[in-house]
Amino acid sequence: MPSFVPYLIHTLFPPDTRQPTELGADFMILVSGAGIFFYLQHFKKWKWLWTEWLTTVDHKKIAVLYLVSAVAMLFRGGVDALMLRTNLALPNIQPIGAVEYNEVFTTHGTIMIFFMAMPFIFALFNAVVPLMIGSRDVAFPRLNAVSFWLFAFGALLLNISFVIGGSPNAGWTGYPPLTEIAFNPGPGESYYFMSLLIAGIGTTITGINFLVTIIRMRAPGMTLMRMPMFIWTTLCTAALIIFAFPPLTVALGLSLLDRTFGSSFFTLAHGGMPMMYVNLFWLFGHPEVYIVVLPAFGVFSEVVSTFSGKRLFGYTAMALSTVAIMFLAYGTWVHHFFTMGAGPSVNAFFGLSTMLIAIPTGIKIFNWIFTMWGGRIRMTVAMLYQLAFIPTFVIGGATGIMLAVIPADYQFHNSYFLVAHFHNVLIGGTLFGLMSGLYYWWPKMFGYKLNERQGTWAFWCFAIGFWVTFTPQYLLGLEGMTRRMYTYPLGFGWHELNVISTIGAFIMGAGFLILVYNIYYSLRFQDKDLTGDPWDGRTLEWALPSPVPEYNFARIPVVNDLDAFWVMKQQGVTLASSLRAEDVRELELPRNSGMPFILGLGFFIGGFGMVFEWWPIAIFGGLIVVGSLVFSAFDYNDRKHMPAEVIRQTEAGLGRLQA
Amino acid sequence: MLHRHFSRKGRRLLALAALGVGLLVAGCGPQYVVLHPVGPVGRQELSLMEFAAIAMAAVILIVFVLFGTAVVRFRDYKGNKNPYRPDFHDHRLLETLWIIVPAVILAIIAVPTVKTTYALAKLPAHTDPVTIDVTSLDWKWLFQYPNQKVATVNYAVIPTGKPVLFELTADSPMNTFWVPQLGGMEYTMPGRVLPLWLQANKAGVYWGHSGQFSGVGFEKMFFHVKAVTPTAFQRWASHTHATAAPMTMADYHRLLHFTVVGKQTYASYPKDTFPSVTHGFSLSGGMYLLVRNNPNRG
Repeated sequence: MPSFVPYLIHTLFPPDTRQPTELGADFMILVSGAGIFFYLQHFKKWKWLWTEWLTTVDHKKIAVLYLVSAVAMLFRGGVDALMLRTNLALPNIQPIGAVEYNEVFTTHGTIMIFFMAMPFIFALFNAVVPLMIGSRDVAFPRLNAVSFWLFAFGALLLNISFVIGGSPNAGWTGYPPLTEIAFNPGPGESYYFMSLLIAGIGTTITGINFLVTIIRMRAPGMTLMRMPMFIWTTLCTAALIIFAFPPLTVALGLSLLDRTFGSSFFTLAHGGMPMMYVNLFWLFGHPEVYIVVLPAFGVFSEVVSTFSGKRLFGYTAMALSTVAIMFLAYGTWVHHFFTMGAGPSVNAFFGLSTMLIAIPTGIKIFNWIFTMWGGRIRMTVAMLYQLAFIPTFVIGGATGIMLAVIPADYQFHNSYFLVAHFHNVLIGGTLFGLMSGLYYWWPKMFGYKLNERQGTWAFWCFAIGFWVTFTPQYLLGLEGMTRRMYTYPLGFGWHELNVISTIGAFIMGAGFLILVYNIYYSLRFQDKDLTGDPWDGRTLEWALPSPVPEYNFARIPVVNDLDAFWVMKQQGVTLASSLRAEDVRELELPRNSGMPFILGLGFFIGGFGMVFEWWPIAIFGGLIVVGSLVFSAFDYNDRKHMPAEVIRQTEAGLGRLQA
Repeated sequence: MLHRHFSRKGRRLLALAALGVGLLVAGCGPQYVVLHPVGPVGRQELSLMEFAAIAMAAVILIVFVLFGTAVVRFRDYKGNKNPYRPDFHDHRLLETLWIIVPAVILAIIAVPTVKTTYALAKLPAHTDPVTIDVTSLDWKWLFQYPNQKVATVNYAVIPTGKPVLFELTADSPMNTFWVPQLGGMEYTMPGRVLPLWLQANKAGVYWGHSGQFSGVGFEKMFFHVKAVTPTAFQRWASHTHATAAPMTMADYHRLLHFTVVGKQTYASYPKDTFPSVTHGFSLSGGMYLLVRNNPNRG
């Protein structure tokens, strides 16, 4: 069929995807893809890739997979950000036009929230939660791998949209009617809905997995009130995920039906109700804010305690305030649209509930400060991020309160003041928290520290760059500049602040480059950490060697107090000094499985078919999904045995077995 | 050592002060439209903003002083004479204090917030307010004057010194209607009509823009509101009604196209264009009825 080829080219590569930036992206994808292929081919690594990584169900390896994806997505989202800032540096310059700008700000938000922050958080969950609670794995190891592959293939689906067919371009919130087929033809928005649906299933499963893990699999003696604070925040995050993602799934699913099958849930015509989408989206969206910030709070609680050489101040209040935030998070979503005419009573309720959240958050801030009070603060990179976080987040919180003042919000809404506020809390809170966690737990994950000197440089770039970027944006809001404008005319006085903001963004970009070099350098040249406890840590993960053996604990420890490992060290009886050969038993561990990868691939193929409405492909993908689920249901051979002798040898090799 | 800390602290304070002064000076510039309201709505919003900002500045100051002191005093360096107290990890009085103090500060902000929220929801009693029906289209603004019968595109004329009721809707994806110097924004949505009252006490031309992204032409969603004396407003309306061309249904349909257009003026407009964009919906939404039922509405 000769007409088939032009049709294919026109559909997959419409003119919008033939711009210089897209062609540049094509080129980079081809080059890096070819590079990876030849590396694997040349060093005969295909089997290694399959058995060690693609089929792994080990939470520690899944953590690495999440981390690599998150850093890659931080790169993509960061490049997006620099493109946006370049376009806005001066009035009426347009390195990229409106069409591309709209795609780029949409993917910037979507990627940073769903495909950078979330996997980064899951990387930390997977890396340390089982270790911190004294467990050998998560509750459902194979589902854990399913979560990762659904996330990964969801992210892939969103990312290929830039070069194949066209990106979504209606903002990361995707409000109808702008996402309706009438106003937004082409595959872009379908990519958005489909990829978030796929990744959302994975996220929900992660929430269930970690909730069950923490409830069911803590070491003997670790009561709820002896859990490290990171475990508390993980628990609350998991609960938030379980109840917040269903409304998102509904909103995305119905929108996809509107686009693909012509239903009218949210459409302008036939009595659809766009407001309903907005409500559903933020019913998810506000808890999501806490889903990404609570884990950061958890990291900071561990970091501040470790590097101040003190127990966390006000532990009980910290745990209770985390739970309070979890509940309050569900009661504030309308503050994202005070200006949609809900009426004064509804607005007043949600304004007050928003202010209420400041109280438990304030408790946390004061407790962190007083954890340092009377301590001995060691200025590591992880601690530097903590120290930058407190003032940054307090200012972000203060502007948040200003946004909760409803009449004032009428002026702030959708202006650059709002943009500055949420970057203030998302970068100052979430990103700084993730960076802190990265430097803190890196030696546990990989067995060596990241170079602290380079890390400090990266830190200052991020911290200074952040303030240079976003202080001007607060002021731009007061100058009346609204978000998502791809350019602006001269004569509003906006250009001076925009130039400064763009400079700040590039300073942050430099910070990212230093971070990547930091990782590369440390991988090659840093000394191995043989102690397993490089920071003089307090919680159980530091009781293990780094990197941690596959089975985690040769013998499950008994916990008698908060900061279990610290207490052990005080008493001089650590896991390593007390393990005897007869304590070691044969273990049953989860067996690797290719099913999660195949399942994710099935979702990807099916999703791609859905996006382009090529039904045979969609059905084929669906069959792979169903097939791998059925296979998994009858796969009873999902465990393997690890003989006691193997464990004894491993432990003895690490010098942790007493004769 | 101590001396070094003091000088560093001093330098930091100086830098902060300089930044503060810089911000104040910058805040005086006329380009800070939100800080220069010309009517009661914008003014009330601004005074709440300032009130909240001052309260928050107090909180920030407390936290920064505590934080700064902790970091300076308890750093791990040789010869640090400050006490190391690893057992200082609970303090009932302190912990109660930092629940109560923020709660009080928030209550202080909350009371005027709620009051003003209710106050601004209602059109103030006035014998002769002006109603303007606003429709956002891709990518332009249509203003219709149900009492004066005229219509304009991308600009509106309003009288000074009296409340103007903007009835907002859309025949396109959502936008928000925002004239920063008059007051805050409100959404324009298809299928619903939302009310927003604003007032200009000073004659002048004030720019407005949409705050909700609505597609490729979003950046061009600028418009102007020209405030003139009530007599000049009447003169403008009757002159326009007498001299400009009427808007036909064909004109309206042309406006629906995905285009960017300049300012336009019409002597009249087809009756159905405003209600018709609600697609058969009743004019609903709690606040809207509140305003509609106001007997003082013109």
